[in-house]
Amino acid sequence: MGLWHYQIVAGILFMLGVLGVLTRRNMIVMFMCIELMLNAANLSLVAFSRAWGNLDGQIFAFMVIVVAAVEVAVGLAIMISLVRNRDTINIEDVSLLKW
Amino acid sequence: MDHTNDALRWIPLLPLLAAVASGLWLVFVPRNMPRTAVIALGVGAPVASFLISVQQVFRLTQMPATDGGRYAIDNLYTWISAHPFHAELSFLLDPLSAVMIIVVTGVGSLIHIYSVGYMDDDHRDDLGFQRFFLYLNLFTFSMLMLVLGDNLLVMFVGWEGVGLCSYLLIGFWYLEDHNAMCGQKAFVMNRIGDFGFLIGIFLLFWAFASAGVPSVDFREMAANVGLLADQTIELPALLGFLPAFPTWKLLTVGCLCLFVGACGKSAQLPLYTWLPDAMAGPTPVSALIHAATMVTAGVYMVCRMSFAFSLAPGASATVAWVGGLTALFAATIALTQKDIKKVLAYSTVSQLGYMFMAAGSMAYTAAIFHLATHAFFKALLFLAAGSVILGMHHEQDMDHMGGLRRLMPWTFRFFLVGVLAISGVPLLSGFFSKDEILLGAWTAHALPGHYWLYAIGVLTAGLTAFYMFRLHFRIFSGPNRSSPELRSRIHEQPQWILIPLGLLAVLSALAWFPTVPDVWGEMLGVKRSNSLHYFLQEVLVTQEHSVSHATELGLAALATLVAMMGIAAASFMYYYRTDLIEKIGETLRPAHTLLVNKYWVDEIYDRIIVRPLIWLSDSFLYRLIDAKLIDGFGVNGTARAVVGVADKGLKFLQNGFLQSYLTVMLIATIGLLAYLMRGVL
Repeated sequence: MGLWHYQIVAGILFMLGVLGVLTRRNMIVMFMCIELMLNAANLSLVAFSRAWGNLDGQIFAFMVIVVAAVEVAVGLAIMISLVRNRDTINIEDVSLLKW
Repeated sequence: MDHTNDALRWIPLLPLLAAVASGLWLVFVPRNMPRTAVIALGVGAPVASFLISVQQVFRLTQMPATDGGRYAIDNLYTWISAHPFHAELSFLLDPLSAVMIIVVTGVGSLIHIYSVGYMDDDHRDDLGFQRFFLYLNLFTFSMLMLVLGDNLLVMFVGWEGVGLCSYLLIGFWYLEDHNAMCGQKAFVMNRIGDFGFLIGIFLLFWAFASAGVPSVDFREMAANVGLLADQTIELPALLGFLPAFPTWKLLTVGCLCLFVGACGKSAQLPLYTWLPDAMAGPTPVSALIHAATMVTAGVYMVCRMSFAFSLAPGASATVAWVGGLTALFAATIALTQKDIKKVLAYSTVSQLGYMFMAAGSMAYTAAIFHLATHAFFKALLFLAAGSVILGMHHEQDMDHMGGLRRLMPWTFRFFLVGVLAISGVPLLSGFFSKDEILLGAWTAHALPGHYWLYAIGVLTAGLTAFYMFRLHFRIFSGPNRSSPELRSRIHEQPQWILIPLGLLAVLSALAWFPTVPDVWGEMLGVKRSNSLHYFLQEVLVTQEHSVSHATELGLAALATLVAMMGIAAASFMYYYRTDLIEKIGETLRPAHTLLVNKYWVDEIYDRIIVRPLIWLSDSFLYRLIDAKLIDGFGVNGTARAVVGVADKGLKFLQNGFLQSYLTVMLIATIGLLAYLMRGVL
């Protein structure tokens, strides 16, 4: 299992995340896909870190985890208030901010 | 010898401090300043400044004339420092500015005192009384800046300051549109002159800088003016009609530009029309600004720059001839004016022309001497006229006056002194100063046509005597022509007004004392009796005239004779045979019409300059350039273009769907990555 295996898995995960965000209409699923992309990035960082014996990558992965946790807090709060006000979490119903 | 003197700064600063204090009160204190405080502040400042001036001038006269001459400098700070050019904010007291500050603060103080009486009935809501003294003090400050300034820039600050105060005070009773418009007219006419003045300053600075003396300091310029004596300047092709085209002496061009400024400020042809209209202001203002001090700033400036003018014969000749023609032109207009202040205004224009005649003939000391005596007797005449106007309850038309001799005896006496002085009656100040000027014109052999100029001067002297006595008889003799109701209310004025008048009358009568021409002094056994001449000689370029004593006395006799003829003619027409006035007016109908309408100069300016300018501004600049081009095409056109592009296309990018934004973002990111990795893969 060399560096490139990890990178390919991370790439596949990332692309799955992107596709999910772009195609799914349910905001929770989109949210999960964003988490998927973040974790793909983490995997890549940690793999590089290990391959080159440099801890910077792992530190950075922790940072990403923190950001992801914060993002969950904010994102879920937005979704809850959305449900309360508009009774939907379908992204297509939330398109008022336009010309 | 140490020439610095820190006391000088207080001469201009005291009036400024009074004005600032009064102004701050007006802005920040909701209550009126107590009347006594206004008087103490407004009158006290110029009087204090006068006392300091007297003390400083006395010190100056005690200095030895050797060792670089008599002068004192007070350097406040370096105002502009742009190496190698530097201009200090500093004041220079030398014999020339000494005479000026004595006149400005002395006459100024008397007029301030007089104003207390004159403005007494001004109880308007906008605090007229306090505002009046504020402006008057500000004016005194600016005027002192002008005359004490050590370089052209400081002088220019004062020059603009007096223009501003003149505007503020002409339109002081601004509730009447006419007054406000007169103020604007004065301001605009002055701006035309100031433009020339500014160009002149730039030109001289440029010339001195390229000659290696980057300075506009008077003393430095005077010391180095020789470097420019032979420099020429090439005129643009459109000036091909001028004599000696295409190269003129640089100093001639520079001095002519400066003289344009003097023409505006001192109301000379062709920029004189604002001064008669400036009479819309309160009478003390007319006396202080438009007779005694501000309008003489142009004469002072020409004398101050005499080192340059004396090397530019062309410019000097222009100065002399413009002065001479203005003197005659304004004197003829004054013959027929009915408003007593207008007569005095045209008389002022005429007398200023006299001063320029002297300055152009390089008789600079005579110009300054006449400036001083004129300040005394014209201030006296204006203040006495103000007293008449107050007594007549703001009636200014001499057709409604007459017979005031019994009703206002003191005003009558003082006015008569002023009239005799300006007419050139012997043993009053105007006699000697006028003679000096005429002698200067007679002996100015470098001046083309100087004998003609002399003739114009003598003729003007006769006309002056005539119209001044006409004014005098029309006001004070004969029956009173006002309505019976008004006649019963005519009254003499209080002490606030009469005491300054009396002091000015004494000055008008005796101001010749230090300046008796040598030829008269020698007859009385006094050597060098013209001490003012010798005092000023240190800073002013003078040329010794070589005329025999007999000629000098003969010229004086001729001028006196002409003046007497003027007086006789006026007495005949307006005192002994008043029945002939109508008849003479009828015989000379065309000339009379011409003069009553002031040669239609205002109307001509209106047609040739004002209306075309308004037409150009309105139909071309406003309706076409501003409304169509800038507003229509520029501002609204840009807005319409933005709306067109954004409304028709760009706004559809903002469709509200998060996922479409993300798609764009993804594509852009991939594109960016591809671009960044173009060499790697």
